[in-house]
Amino acid sequence: MAPELGQFSLLLALVLAGVMAFSGIVGPWRRNPHLIALVRPSAYALFLVTAIAFACLTWSFVTTDLTVRYVVENSNAAIPLIYKFTGVWGAHSGSMLLWILMISVWGAAVAFFSRRLPADFSARVLGVMGMIGLGFLVYSAWLANPFTRVLPPPQSGADLNPILQSPFLAAHPPMLYMGYVGLSVAFAFSAAALIGGRMDTAWARWTRPWVLVAWMFLTVGITVGSFWAYFELGWGGWWFWDPVENASFMPWLVATALIHSLIVTEKRGAFKGWTALLALLGFSLSLLGTFLVRSGVLVSAHAFAVDPRRGIYVLAILAIAVGAGLALYAWRAPRLAGGGGFSLFSRETAILTMNSILVVACAAVLLGTIFPLFYDVLGLGRISVGPPYFNRVFIPLMVPLFLLVGIGPAIRWRRGDGREAWRRIRIPLGLSLILGIVLAVVAWRGVPPVALAGVTLSAWVIFSAVNEPLRRALRAPAGQWGRFSRGAWGMGLAHFGAGILILGVTLSSTMSSFLDVSLKPGQTASVGGYRFSMLGERAVRGPNYMGEQGIIRISHEERVVATLRPESRVYKGGLPSSESAISWKPTRDLYVAMGRATGGGAWSLRLQVRPFVRFIWYGGGLIALGGLLALTDPRYRRRREVRLGQGVVVGTTG
Amino acid sequence: MTPRRQRLLLVVGILAGTAIGAAFALRAFSGDILYYYTPSKVFAKHIPDGRVFRLGGLVEKGSVKRESGTLTVRFVITDNHRTIPVVFTGVLPALFRPGQGVIASGHLDSGGMFVANKVLAKHDAKYMPLKIYNKKHGTDYTRPGGMNRGGVRGGA
Repeated sequence: MAPELGQFSLLLALVLAGVMAFSGIVGPWRRNPHLIALVRPSAYALFLVTAIAFACLTWSFVTTDLTVRYVVENSNAAIPLIYKFTGVWGAHSGSMLLWILMISVWGAAVAFFSRRLPADFSARVLGVMGMIGLGFLVYSAWLANPFTRVLPPPQSGADLNPILQSPFLAAHPPMLYMGYVGLSVAFAFSAAALIGGRMDTAWARWTRPWVLVAWMFLTVGITVGSFWAYFELGWGGWWFWDPVENASFMPWLVATALIHSLIVTEKRGAFKGWTALLALLGFSLSLLGTFLVRSGVLVSAHAFAVDPRRGIYVLAILAIAVGAGLALYAWRAPRLAGGGGFSLFSRETAILTMNSILVVACAAVLLGTIFPLFYDVLGLGRISVGPPYFNRVFIPLMVPLFLLVGIGPAIRWRRGDGREAWRRIRIPLGLSLILGIVLAVVAWRGVPPVALAGVTLSAWVIFSAVNEPLRRALRAPAGQWGRFSRGAWGMGLAHFGAGILILGVTLSSTMSSFLDVSLKPGQTASVGGYRFSMLGERAVRGPNYMGEQGIIRISHEERVVATLRPESRVYKGGLPSSESAISWKPTRDLYVAMGRATGGGAWSLRLQVRPFVRFIWYGGGLIALGGLLALTDPRYRRRREVRLGQGVVVGTTG
Repeated sequence: MTPRRQRLLLVVGILAGTAIGAAFALRAFSGDILYYYTPSKVFAKHIPDGRVFRLGGLVEKGSVKRESGTLTVRFVITDNHRTIPVVFTGVLPALFRPGQGVIASGHLDSGGMFVANKVLAKHDAKYMPLKIYNKKHGTDYTRPGGMNRGGVRGGA
């Protein structure tokens, strides 16, 4: 019963998305109030039926309905309940349905929160989102239908890919998709503004919270994904420059640039065309990512389906969206009048520079990601572009970016004052330089200069992020800290997080040590000052797997610090999986992964000591929290109320 | 600053950024492209010893030999046409098993042996071992039999 209801809901959603797209675009164009009035209800209805379809698929998973092909291929009765829920988006068709659910959630949210915006503008925004939803609904119903039946039903299902059976993967795809799809709101806002030919500071103020939310989800999604890869996939690596990772990273880079250029557009009315372009590019890169991941054109560690029709269809959606967006931009952007002027030494210039760096970095990642594709298409052979390329291009670009992070906020808008900027940066600059010199002289002789430079840079970012709020707090009369706006606090926190992230990346990549060994019970190996002793092994049995568990005791300076139990499992579907075990403190991880038996009672093990690796994810989390803090800034609500002549200031406590 | 100068600045900035980025990219590219060959291609191409490339194919069944108690593994990669012997020292990926598609990075030694420094097991394009099992065995959606396939010890 549930699959039929799901199927029906999916088709109904298709119709509703069509209605939403048609009424949203044609309504304002024909100035037809009846059509415009139809847009908002259809967005709500779309959300409702998509949610029903998604619930039906989830129900089929929870009850292990073996008449549904997608369930048969990705689940069985023995899987723990939580992985029946996450199994819904564990493979292709279901993750497309999740994508569609997300776009309907964003559509309904925009419909709800845009009630006070001009009717024709919000109708166009929803119309564009309806078109995007329609494109993916056709895809889901036609090429990747998750409700397809298998008759007669088989006796048992396959299995969910073991590496996907992890609590972090429960959170990773929904977060990432919220971010990916959330950028469609920025796309729609930009397209609607270009169609309407009006883009002003009010437009930037409406757009900013949406971009911020999408960017936050993207940040959390990437961070969680990186952590998942760390303990589940990569034997301890946290970033591989894999095409699928790049696919999520490129929209993030552009969204980060967009957040900053939106500030300029809101505060100074400048960079309108640039902001509009970034908003279009962000979602275009999300679509490109979908294409790369879903079409199977790239050999990647976690690429999904290979069905040529699917690839071509997603490519068609990509071409239409990007083509239409850029055509609209080329046609309408010249009409956007430039905003206030600014001198060469100003906050505007700093933001423009950081924007350029981020876009160039994104272009470099894009080049490395799709270069193998062109190479293959041109018949030059099959190649891959490895991490060395990305590291060599990306890291040099990040150095000027992070120097700017501290300088930019110290420069005034419009016309900077060199002396004032110097007064604001001299303390953090001095402190970080002193720290760097002290470390170089005293503590770390023999440590690579890269590590030294990285630590100094992160100190600069951290000190300058803390400096401004601290300076203001010390000056403000007691109890009036709140006068420093939440947006500024959020910026400080996010930049602080970036500093923590750089620190984690620098220290963990230069100070980590690892060793691949084969150990028998009773044998010991030393890595990075820690002794790993294999005590023994025992058989383990889980609900849907069997395996061997190694018992490894770790001691440091004759003191036992941890006993780890990594497992080597074989899942019911027949796939092996390695479950690593980690003992962690905020400042270091001890990591043991167990491979195969190597004969004679010995097991292959990877032993790792990774100092400060957790700072990477703490940094990611802090960056997202900074976004959240900025989002609660009451002025997003207050000014709108005032502007519309409500006369009453509401929502000042946010 | 006038809008025109602002735009000029923007264009100059973008051009400069692109130029710097492209310079880095080209410099980095020259050394970082890894070619991907199948065993047949390797025989057709005469790749010089010591040149690093990626070798892809299936792990030939019955070819996996481990030096007992060490991390050194020898196996043969095949494309069902030509074969190349591979030696690897390290921890193999969990998915590595006979018949599995793998990609090994490394170089050929003078004896025609591929010395791998990294082995990746290719995930199946679509994860459905049951279906693959069915295709291989002509069955129709029943539980695949052995838990102990692939030379992995199943335990209790």
